[in-house]
Amino acid sequence: MAKLRGRGMAAINYPIGMNLGGDPSQALVHSNSSGKFTVSLSSTDLGQGMKSVTRQICAETLGVPVEDVYVDTADSDTGPHCMGSFASRGTHRVGNAVMAAAREARGVMMEAAAEELEVNVADLETDGRGNIHVKGAPHRSISTKDVAIAAQFRQGRTISGRGIFLVPLSPVDPETGEMSPVTCYAHACLVAEVEVDDETGEVAMVRMDSAYEVGRALNPRLVEQQLVGGAWMGVSHALFETTEPCYPDISHGPRDFVEYLMPGPGDICPLDIAVLERPAADGPFGAKGPGEMSANPVLPAVANAIFNAVGVRVDDLPITPEKVLRAIRAQGGARPQARR
Amino acid sequence: MLELRKDIFADERDDNLKEIGKPTQRQDALGHVTATSTYFNDHKLQGMLHLKVLRSPHSHARIRRIDVSEAERLPGVRRVIRGADVPRNLNTLLSLINFGKDDEPTLAVDKVRYKGEPIVAVVAASHREAFEALAKIRVDYEPLPAVFDVEDALKPGAPVVNETYPNNAFLYHDLYDHQKLRFGDVERGFAQADHVLEQRYQMSPIEHATTETNGSIAAPETNGRYVVYTSTQALFFSLDTAAKILDVPSNKLHFVGGTVGGGFGGKVDTMTEPLAILGAMLTGRPVRYIFGREEEMRYGSPRGAERIYVKDAVNRDGRIVARKVRVYFDSGAYTRLSSYAVIKCAAHLPGPYTIPNVHADIYCVYTNRVPSTAMRGFGVTAVDFALECQMDKLADLVGMDPMEFRILNAYRDGDMKAHRREAKNTALIECVQVAAEKAKWKIGDEFKRASSRKDGGGQRAAIPPTARDASPAARPAAQQRTTYERAPTAAPTPEPARTPAPPAPAPAPTSHGATRFSSVVGRRR
Repeated sequence: MAKLRGRGMAAINYPIGMNLGGDPSQALVHSNSSGKFTVSLSSTDLGQGMKSVTRQICAETLGVPVEDVYVDTADSDTGPHCMGSFASRGTHRVGNAVMAAAREARGVMMEAAAEELEVNVADLETDGRGNIHVKGAPHRSISTKDVAIAAQFRQGRTISGRGIFLVPLSPVDPETGEMSPVTCYAHACLVAEVEVDDETGEVAMVRMDSAYEVGRALNPRLVEQQLVGGAWMGVSHALFETTEPCYPDISHGPRDFVEYLMPGPGDICPLDIAVLERPAADGPFGAKGPGEMSANPVLPAVANAIFNAVGVRVDDLPITPEKVLRAIRAQGGARPQARR
Repeated sequence: MLELRKDIFADERDDNLKEIGKPTQRQDALGHVTATSTYFNDHKLQGMLHLKVLRSPHSHARIRRIDVSEAERLPGVRRVIRGADVPRNLNTLLSLINFGKDDEPTLAVDKVRYKGEPIVAVVAASHREAFEALAKIRVDYEPLPAVFDVEDALKPGAPVVNETYPNNAFLYHDLYDHQKLRFGDVERGFAQADHVLEQRYQMSPIEHATTETNGSIAAPETNGRYVVYTSTQALFFSLDTAAKILDVPSNKLHFVGGTVGGGFGGKVDTMTEPLAILGAMLTGRPVRYIFGREEEMRYGSPRGAERIYVKDAVNRDGRIVARKVRVYFDSGAYTRLSSYAVIKCAAHLPGPYTIPNVHADIYCVYTNRVPSTAMRGFGVTAVDFALECQMDKLADLVGMDPMEFRILNAYRDGDMKAHRREAKNTALIECVQVAAEKAKWKIGDEFKRASSRKDGGGQRAAIPPTARDASPAARPAAQQRTTYERAPTAAPTPEPARTPAPPAPAPAPTSHGATRFSSVVGRRR
């Protein structure tokens, strides 16, 4: 009887946005009279960071500091239509809509600044710190606050913008499945190391190493939050979770978090993540969406690591100690594979 | 630990940005960690009532009689709501994009199709009084045979779960009980290859396990409008769904949400909003309907189970030459969103690899279990489990390192995918290389030198000759109607211009402001 270690890996890609398109999102951006901006959305922040990522996109596009932007989400009277926060579409679809709205608002802001500075609008640039100045002549400058005051009270302009992003709906062929599902894909590869107890069938996570390609990490901390959370959801799906432990028999369903098994703090392990960025042609600053795909490579990587450790394949999820132990016994004991 | 590998694909990026790429603290972080963020359930309204539903104890049964008389007389009970009180008591979520037929009642009328299906709602002054009233409702059931296994459900003579789809499978293109993917000739691949491996994989149903359960609070506003505080993941999706079910113009509803305690796909189904609003309409008071944890875990729709068969042909040199896949999505008793996941799954196959011959049949199957719904990786997570376990077995079969085996077969820029679009912007190879490097997993130099940007296209960009399946026997679009329907729901042609005051017996469904396109055929219906 022994605890045996093994390593397994898996590689995946993941489509960004609703399959076949047809899922628009809109955004409105406007400045108040002192140059502070509000982004109005009907999109939802589930905890994934929608407010923050759209805030950064807006600030970057306007050329103002992030502190000058706040994002208001999900009021159907004030926020324009959005399909919803699902299908890894928030960053890509809503991000693009915010970018378009911010670009339009920036256009008005720059025109207003040009009028104040009495220069050609093409000669102006933002410094990202709340000022607009003539290219190559930083002393010929005006603050976004003064531009907003001038626009509102003297020029009678609204510094605002509307944005929509839509991947047009496309058909699917009934006979061949020919279709244009999405415009970009994220990618990942993950290595899991496990330790399997051949006496109890229990599987313990030892460590995970991973690489995720997300187009552009708009905010690396938010990406990290998604990837770490997703990895643990993956482990949980692989080894613990089910609402129907006897599937397809529906009996013995759990009722609460005591009966529904998930990993606890004692079950986690070191997780190393590398993030790659190959910008998507139509992503906001190249960004795709790291949300959904983050769990996917973990399930097979864990299953493959268990095979490497003890030589058994469990193809029915979740991979419980009972299933592992039965499989080990069925083959007459653990058969560790070549160490990787 | 997170490491940004700026060295890879650096020539494709402008890294000279001011706000993008910075680890800025979340706008809502302080509110979340100090418990000052406002969630839907933080709205405590004056005179608020509580709504609870009676759920079926049977997986499949005819409802003979419902007696609510005793419940209605209890103190604290303000209103008992039955299926007949719901203006349009039949809906399917994706009718908003005109995909699929209305197949699910808000409250069951003549039949229950899964254990836990809502039958009657009680609106009462307190939780306790609502629960006490539920206990006084008498329902006579005639239990029916139930089916729980996806492949059993497709066998001839299986109990009909949902009369809208009498073959227990969603109907694609008004033609097939599955979505096809056809690319090349897999049978020739199987005949010629060195190894053929066929395996079965099974996903389990999984709970989203969000910290905040599904729920909403609806309250009358002025001018006949209703404000709805909700945990939905998709504000307008839920608003339009509620407007359809309640048969009110969409601007009668004012939805407020946006800060939600986790979703993962479990808060798209709009399970509470229509009844909460209806409760507010019928009582004139604010009504709160929130799932308890047991309710959420047992009857809030889970990730669906999928059964996946994968058959691969691989040569000794490690090249996969054919992949044939059959997938059964377990939708439970109603469609919700599973029909959509099937198409997404077809697009995903055969995984991120260039395989010259691919064949797949993907089914959305009805069984007598809780309807399943979207969850993180919808249509893909279980298939990736199957494909990547299969890849490990194939590598083992041909004696290759699993990393090298994946790089060898990986899709590259310019390759043709099975859904007949060219691969672009690929990065699978680089992810494998970096993961190997991080894990100190040795791979050969030729695999370290491989690139997503090299060696793709050319012959790999070709669409191979593909035979069409024999034509299916003409199948009548059978659609039995059940008694709970108030109006015929199929509107095959755009609604004709209304002529003044015809004594219309049953109005055709209106669009409630949502633009409706079929996500599958791409035309207005």
